[in-house]
Amino acid sequence: MSEPVGTGMTKRDLLGLIGKSAGATAMYMAMTELGQAQASPFKGPIKLDGDPKGTSVLILGAGVAGMTAALELSRAGYKVQVLEFNNRIGGRSMTIKGGDTFTELGGATQTCQFAPGNYINPGPWRIPWHHHGLMHYCRELGVQLETFQQMNYNAYIHNTKAFGGKPQRYGAVQSDYYGHVAELLAKATRQDALGDAITREDGEILLESLRSWGALDKNMRYVKGNESSDRRGWVKGPGGGLTAEPIPSDPMDMHTVLQSGMWRAIGGNISLDHQQAIFQPVGGMENVAKGFARAAGHLVRLNSKVTAIKQDASGVTADYIDTKTGQKLTAKADWCVCAIPLTILSQIPMNVSPELDAAIRAVPYSPSVKVGLEFKRRFWEEDEQIFGGITSTDLPNAQISYPSYGYHSKGPGVLLGAYTGGAYSYELTTLPPAERIQKVLEWGSQIHPQYKDEFMNGVVVSWHRMPFIQGCFGMWNAQNRADHYKNLCQIDGRIVLAGEHASYVGGWQEGGITSALDAIGRLHQRVVAG
Amino acid sequence: MKKSTLTLSLSAVLAAGVIAASASAQSAGEASSALAMAPQTVKKGDADNAFVVAGKFSEPNGETMYRRVCAACHMPDAKGVSTGAGFFPALAGNKKLAASGYPLYVLTHGMNGMPPLGQQMSDQQVADVVNYVRTSFGNKYKDKVKPEDVKAVR
Repeated sequence: MSEPVGTGMTKRDLLGLIGKSAGATAMYMAMTELGQAQASPFKGPIKLDGDPKGTSVLILGAGVAGMTAALELSRAGYKVQVLEFNNRIGGRSMTIKGGDTFTELGGATQTCQFAPGNYINPGPWRIPWHHHGLMHYCRELGVQLETFQQMNYNAYIHNTKAFGGKPQRYGAVQSDYYGHVAELLAKATRQDALGDAITREDGEILLESLRSWGALDKNMRYVKGNESSDRRGWVKGPGGGLTAEPIPSDPMDMHTVLQSGMWRAIGGNISLDHQQAIFQPVGGMENVAKGFARAAGHLVRLNSKVTAIKQDASGVTADYIDTKTGQKLTAKADWCVCAIPLTILSQIPMNVSPELDAAIRAVPYSPSVKVGLEFKRRFWEEDEQIFGGITSTDLPNAQISYPSYGYHSKGPGVLLGAYTGGAYSYELTTLPPAERIQKVLEWGSQIHPQYKDEFMNGVVVSWHRMPFIQGCFGMWNAQNRADHYKNLCQIDGRIVLAGEHASYVGGWQEGGITSALDAIGRLHQRVVAG
Repeated sequence: MKKSTLTLSLSAVLAAGVIAASASAQSAGEASSALAMAPQTVKKGDADNAFVVAGKFSEPNGETMYRRVCAACHMPDAKGVSTGAGFFPALAGNKKLAASGYPLYVLTHGMNGMPPLGQQMSDQQVADVVNYVRTSFGNKYKDKVKPEDVKAVR
């Protein structure tokens, strides 16, 4: 900013000036610079100005995308009806608690045995601070949030091929990785090995920053001592009284850190989607669905399986079956917002353009498996001082996530014992649910030996076996994105698609919400334009 | 010599891991980050050679591949399932299997929501599982698919 924000001129005045002289884009960029905006497709609550004059919209699917569309279109004066296959609102946004029963494709039924208050979120489980659309609806719909502990320095990184399979604390690995990188770079800087890449003056600053960032000692070395132990942890931490003197720990050497592969966990934790602050709804992700249900649930018809979608110049018709009674029914409207996942939609007869038809068939769905395990006590807290956060492992369960609620509570605790994908998720799912859980127990007990004595019960959700979706989320790559994405999102006659599959935020609720808002905004323009 | 072979095989494994990670990074989904955060290693696996590595199937023959991978959706009896909002098609008695090129194409390129799982199999593995399915579950197609056929369709 060349103009200082001086006396008598507020930031808002300045932004107004920029907006007047240079247009909205410049103002937006200036706002970002001033730290007041974050680049996001969510532009605040949607305004659908203009009278839709009784226009009707049929919405297929009552996940967060369908519910966002239903809520906002009904507010704007549309006649809205929503058809939902499940016996509940929310789609993948759900929570499994004690007493809940579900049947997967193939017929295996599980009844969750968790104690009251315990739960897992088998679908979405985190809400990053910058998912502005979802954050907006949480605030508006009264969905209470609490912090999700993503990064916990005291959780583990585990590699069966490193340290004899002994898990390492995340904080120690990160500290040693940063420390050794800092030492190496400091050495190169001092030897003028960086050449013209840096000025002498900046080189001096760089050295000072490396000492600070990497916890280097006065000789610019990352070695055993107070500096490194203050990052990676002590053999015996500082205390009070006669036994107070701390004992520093031994850092791993650079070779060990690199060969362990454990540095992988660091990048994942600092990606934008996983940075603190990151949230979860108090009591489970289903509270997002419940919030939408309070606001627009009266528009939803449950247990309705769509079997055909037809459109012509005057409107859209959906044939559906009431899955409780078997009754065949039809719903009609002027327009349709279709938020059915592509796995299912690609199997439903529908007259759309060849371009949209091809796009619907071009997005394979990722498999994914989550397993919730209940134990007699919170041994991860009591024995290992791990309060929330995630352990990552090369074992097929991939992750163990400790509950970010109910710290120190007595009695049974539930953790997420597996969150996996890829080849493992198919291989695991070919086993009956009880054997899947048994496998996850075997793997997890290599990290937490307490598993064996403390296990009570578990539930497993294999997303490709979930009857309403047959997969976890749409997988885009450079090729299908280039060939099909725009076609997928275009209004086709009187039908427009919405859902995380019609977004660049795949696999997150924010994708569903922003795609729905984008779709209904365009649809509304058509309607009011006549 | 032995050392260089080892190094080679290790870099092949690392490359496979990197490919898996970059493929999942593009999908930007929640689940993909779970695997990307873990060190990628080759493990012993179970009796069927399942659970060996995240980005690749290691099942040794067509029967095992079907039982430990395909059956996750097409079901152990290959009769598929249609009790949900959609269906997983039956492979038992599926007339589309008459032309060997059809299952070959579906497995290597995907079909609707089905991912191209053949990309995580060798040519031999794809041929083995296609041949297994076309001669099992009541299917009796005698002509065999060869690894060269798989290479051609990829």
